Amino acid sequence: MSDHEHEPLPPAFPPVTRRGMLFRIGLGLNVVAASFIGIPVLGYVSSAIFGRKAQQAWIPLGNLEKFPRGQTRLATYRNPFTTPWDGFVADIPCWVRRQTDGGFQVFAINCAHLGCPVRWFPQSGLFMCPCHGGVYYEDGSVASGPPPRGLYEYQYRIRKGHLEVRGGQTPNLAEPV
Amino acid sequence: MGRMRDTGRSIANWLDERLHFTKLYNSTAGHTIPSASASWWYVLGSATLVCFVIQVLTGICLALVYVPSPAQAYESLEYLNYTQPFGWFLRALHSWSSNFMVGLITLHMIQVFLFGAYKYPRELTWIVGCVLFLCTIAMAFTGQVLRFDQDAYWALQIVMSVLGRVPLVGADLLHLIQGGPIVASETLSRFFTLHVFVVPGLIIALLTVHLRLVLTRGINEYPVPEEGVDPATYDEDYEKLLKKTGIRFFPDGADKDVIFASLVITAIVLFAAIFGPSGPNGPADPALIHTVPRPDFFFLSLFAAFALMPPYMESFVIVYIMPVAVILLFLVPFISNRGEKHPSRRPGSVILTVMVMTTLTVLAVLGLTSPWSPHMNAWSGDPVQPQFVKGRTPLELVGASVMQEKQCRNCHSLDGLGGKRGPELADVATRLTYNQLVRQVLQGGGNMPAYGKHLKPPEVSALVAFLYTLHPELEPPARNSAQPAVPH
Repeated sequence: MSDHEHEPLPPAFPPVTRRGMLFRIGLGLNVVAASFIGIPVLGYVSSAIFGRKAQQAWIPLGNLEKFPRGQTRLATYRNPFTTPWDGFVADIPCWVRRQTDGGFQVFAINCAHLGCPVRWFPQSGLFMCPCHGGVYYEDGSVASGPPPRGLYEYQYRIRKGHLEVRGGQTPNLAEPV
Repeated sequence: MGRMRDTGRSIANWLDERLHFTKLYNSTAGHTIPSASASWWYVLGSATLVCFVIQVLTGICLALVYVPSPAQAYESLEYLNYTQPFGWFLRALHSWSSNFMVGLITLHMIQVFLFGAYKYPRELTWIVGCVLFLCTIAMAFTGQVLRFDQDAYWALQIVMSVLGRVPLVGADLLHLIQGGPIVASETLSRFFTLHVFVVPGLIIALLTVHLRLVLTRGINEYPVPEEGVDPATYDEDYEKLLKKTGIRFFPDGADKDVIFASLVITAIVLFAAIFGPSGPNGPADPALIHTVPRPDFFFLSLFAAFALMPPYMESFVIVYIMPVAVILLFLVPFISNRGEKHPSRRPGSVILTVMVMTTLTVLAVLGLTSPWSPHMNAWSGDPVQPQFVKGRTPLELVGASVMQEKQCRNCHSLDGLGGKRGPELADVATRLTYNQLVRQVLQGGGNMPAYGKHLKPPEVSALVAFLYTLHPELEPPARNSAQPAVPH
């Protein structure tokens, strides 16, 4: 036996054995198989970002007579995009201001600062926020406090004596109504 | 008897030869630690773990009843509180143990920081610990959300508003977390999933790594002044220390951990039994706008910071400064990797800790009282005290009533009674002249709304006449220096 006389140099690339080849093919097949699971999972989770439609609809707020001229009233609507198990949280309030000339301003309830519910004080004509002290004038513009802009305002239209607003999603600084 | 004992021992040996329990014990609970590390200062980590175990146990039980849907979450909590046997107590344990867990993990972190335990070779232990800290805060927040009451609902609105401030990807992030167009069922389900599956899973995984690192790199030795860390010789020195003073962690070095754990458990049980569960405080109905949302105590300092920051820097702080602060926390072991460990030799670290904790505490206390928020009911609820109406003329009395009627008291207090947003009015006449008062009321300014449009001229005259009487008896009201010094 003289097989130890000259040891062969280790090859630059180790030879592909049958086991090694099978293992690599197996890995490749698993990547394909994983993508069959992974792609639907990613699609499921990211549908909240990429699959979302413009969730806006005209929502009736009620008869015009509900809103006397020169006053600001709270109105509540059922959000048009909702699930049966949403309960109360899909009942969205908003402030409806009917000007003396008959025009409307409909404000989101959410303070433009961090989203807390603003309250209307008719005596002083101010909206006040209970969280960080944002205050707005009756036309929704900032009176004092930290809000970076006035109250969010809905588009509105009048159809057959009913006030309708364009809404469906909570306004925020990235997506005002 | 002796025979039986021998049989028992041989059965135990037979099992151990197959299950290798002794080997497992020697390399885990029975590992050697420096005897000085079995100190009262080193019990905070294990106590945090005890809280986590209580959380898992009580959490699983609560999930048997809780319904993660906005329509029924509130009712299921009421059911837990009043109908389910021991439901109120398990809810109380879960919420008090969460308070303790946040408190203990914070103390653990402070102790590790002050003892220089994050230095070589325990950098990764610190980093994993920081992620565990963030996970714990995430659990506290998502847990508060699952208590789906008014505070939880508006806390979610605040989170969404914060996300809406992130540039470029703000809207996408918001929709990923909100799940739908409004805060509703998708949002609650997401927070339920995070609180019950994702974050606890992450905590268990990271905790495993954290404890593994304690075994591989050893527990930090008790710091000694002037015996700093030199990465070149540290490993050797630590080995020597173990040889000289090493004891088994369990049971020899765990005495104080066990005592402290029992104290923590007793405290949690007592707090739960005495103070009961937290909420739910009023159903999450957005149409109930007469609410004053406040976060749980861990977030009071953040809540306060949002109110007190100048508005122009708010978005910048939320989007850039806060993430940078978190990254800095992670980088601590790379900023100072060697040298002194003992706090007496690291005054900078001690001062930093004291400053950060003082800031957070002061902000949290301010968050509790929220002096920046208008008192929504002060105008109708807080009377004008007798001393401010005594001896006033009819015009001035009308002014006092205008002040109440126009909600001035929501922001202004009279002798401490009323809102604290604006300045106290009991001595306002010593600060502003008659004409300055008129101007301030009509035009506002200095963070006060202008009332010009909502006050008729006679109301302004009456209001200012009243305000001008508000000065201490022996201190005359302010006047324009160009006018003669006669009472107005």
